[in-house]
Amino acid sequence: MPMKSYRQAVNEALRQEMERDSRVILMGEDVAGGAGAPGEDDAWGGPLGVTKGLEPIFGRERVLDTPISESAFIGCAAGAAATGLRPVAELMFVDFMGVCFDQIFNQAAKFRYMFGGRATTPLVIRTMYGAGFRAASQHSQCLYPLFTHIPGLKVVLPSNAYEAKGLLIQAIRDDDPVIFFEHKAMYDEEVDVPDESYAIPFGEANVTREGDDCTIIAFGRMVNLANQAADNLGKSGITCTVVDPRTTSPLDRETILDTAGETGRVVVVDEAHPRCNMATDIAALICEHRFADLKGPIKQVTAPHAPVPFSPALEDLYIPGVPKIEAAVRELCGKGH
Amino acid sequence: MQLSRDDLRAAYQRMCLIRTFEDTVHEEFSAGNIPGFVHLYAGEEASAVGVCLHLDERDAIASTHRGHGHCIAKGCDPQAMMAEIYGRKDGLCGGKGGSMHIADLSKGMMGANGIVGGGPPLVCGAALSAKYRKTGGVAVAFVGDGGSNQGTTFESYNLAKIWNLPAIFIIEDNGYAESTASGWSVGGSQVGRAQGFGMPATEVDGHDFFAVWEAAREAIDRARSGQGPSLLHVRLNRYYGHFEGDALTYKAPGELEKVKMEQDALMLFRRRVTETALLDGGELDAIERDAEAQIAHCLASAKAAPMPTEADLMTDVYADYAS
Repeated sequence: MPMKSYRQAVNEALRQEMERDSRVILMGEDVAGGAGAPGEDDAWGGPLGVTKGLEPIFGRERVLDTPISESAFIGCAAGAAATGLRPVAELMFVDFMGVCFDQIFNQAAKFRYMFGGRATTPLVIRTMYGAGFRAASQHSQCLYPLFTHIPGLKVVLPSNAYEAKGLLIQAIRDDDPVIFFEHKAMYDEEVDVPDESYAIPFGEANVTREGDDCTIIAFGRMVNLANQAADNLGKSGITCTVVDPRTTSPLDRETILDTAGETGRVVVVDEAHPRCNMATDIAALICEHRFADLKGPIKQVTAPHAPVPFSPALEDLYIPGVPKIEAAVRELCGKGH
Repeated sequence: MQLSRDDLRAAYQRMCLIRTFEDTVHEEFSAGNIPGFVHLYAGEEASAVGVCLHLDERDAIASTHRGHGHCIAKGCDPQAMMAEIYGRKDGLCGGKGGSMHIADLSKGMMGANGIVGGGPPLVCGAALSAKYRKTGGVAVAFVGDGGSNQGTTFESYNLAKIWNLPAIFIIEDNGYAESTASGWSVGGSQVGRAQGFGMPATEVDGHDFFAVWEAAREAIDRARSGQGPSLLHVRLNRYYGHFEGDALTYKAPGELEKVKMEQDALMLFRRRVTETALLDGGELDAIERDAEAQIAHCLASAKAAPMPTEADLMTDVYADYAS
């Protein structure tokens, strides 16, 4: 199986779905790049080159550069989705949702319910998230908990290139508005990715490690760190189950509760700020339904309650890392281990 | 293109339905029979009907919180609308939307909207969809003078212009955004703003169905023939408050009475068609009586309709994948 980067996997999913379904169009700032400019067409292919090469295949009719007007083009994508197209809009950095959130949470997310089931809004919003790029406070946030809070939206956090391709194909075929979170620090990470098209269903968690002592539930980029922590701990005799929920909405409650109950020790790893994030949500879920099975408190490994700092010295302290995950597991498992 | 007698009958019928619908909702709300917020369109009928008479099933509109008139003008079922306003299960949105969210996408009605300025980006999407699918359709955003000050509206002007979308922006300026005068809150002019984006724009007397119809025809023809977006600044008056319960203390004494006496859209229409002998008074009287009977029936049906139940609370949050 060929190795492909997260960037290539996203690009391939878009290309294959655009080939399959003429209703799929892309729009966003610089998704082709160079609109109206004297130089090359497809000049950028997105700011990090993720959509590079699609405009030469599908043309500017289907790969639409937009002005820097997130409210207009995200709302436009929602309106187009409600009237027969299947748009994939790129909200460059999720931090920019502050200028277009109304069109996502009051319009697209609400249409189906508010209109009594008489609307279908097959919209995908691809967006970059996460720290590690020295991009500071306005280009590094996670924010997926905010979208997870909104009924009507689906929220996807692919944890590697294989997951990114299969989950994006599912997102495009899905009939609900989907917010698809791509971690900007993962675009060059490679894993085996099949050439053929495949879809990974939403709401089905992936158990990436199986163990007896502790269950680590991690989201997005944190899944790789949790896997590394589990592998390191295994060498000292502590075995962990690692769960990648893949989607925060819908959430695979069953797998989370079952794996938590099996080990009785739970660490949740979430790159988001610690208040009202996925870690608190999962901890509450497990406490309500598996309290009797727990052998200790649920540990939450998260970013601190501070904006993402710029200085590399500070940002490295900010991001939850493998040592913090290992320490949380060791603390839970006690000195016996 | 000229208005046929059938067109004129249809126009008067729609305007009378809107007026009667809104007067009825006003009375019912005052009597405490309707839950929530309602914002009534009475007085503004010539705008919705003058525009929507040019539209067909290919075309989409997005409305505002003051949406009942646009819904009726675009062909939504008044009975299902009334049931929706009463929160009934067989309402147009199953009782889940209410007055501010009435929609029927099968009729190209993309929804009233509880968010001021929410509609214009959505209309860009419907226009893009029509253009991409080559349906020949156009999309119309109805926006109030309040919504005309939202950034979404300006961004949509720009997007519609640079993408040459078949979109039309109708600024319904009833003089007041809630209690704040549009003469105070709008910098520059609506026409000047549109022209700043390179869009053709016209100011229209929104009490005069014929003026709206003529200006809308030009804008819609322009969009349909691939010549891009336009804007109409429609000046009109609303007969009730911003919302029901608003005592209208910000209006001048006698202001509304004078409008009703001199500029009422239905009265002006009646005068025009009878003076030119296009329709006779008896025909118009019959249309008014029919509208009254139809709305009375809608009201009785809505009141008798069942409420949604607990089984409905969690349906349609997401699409149905079973079928």
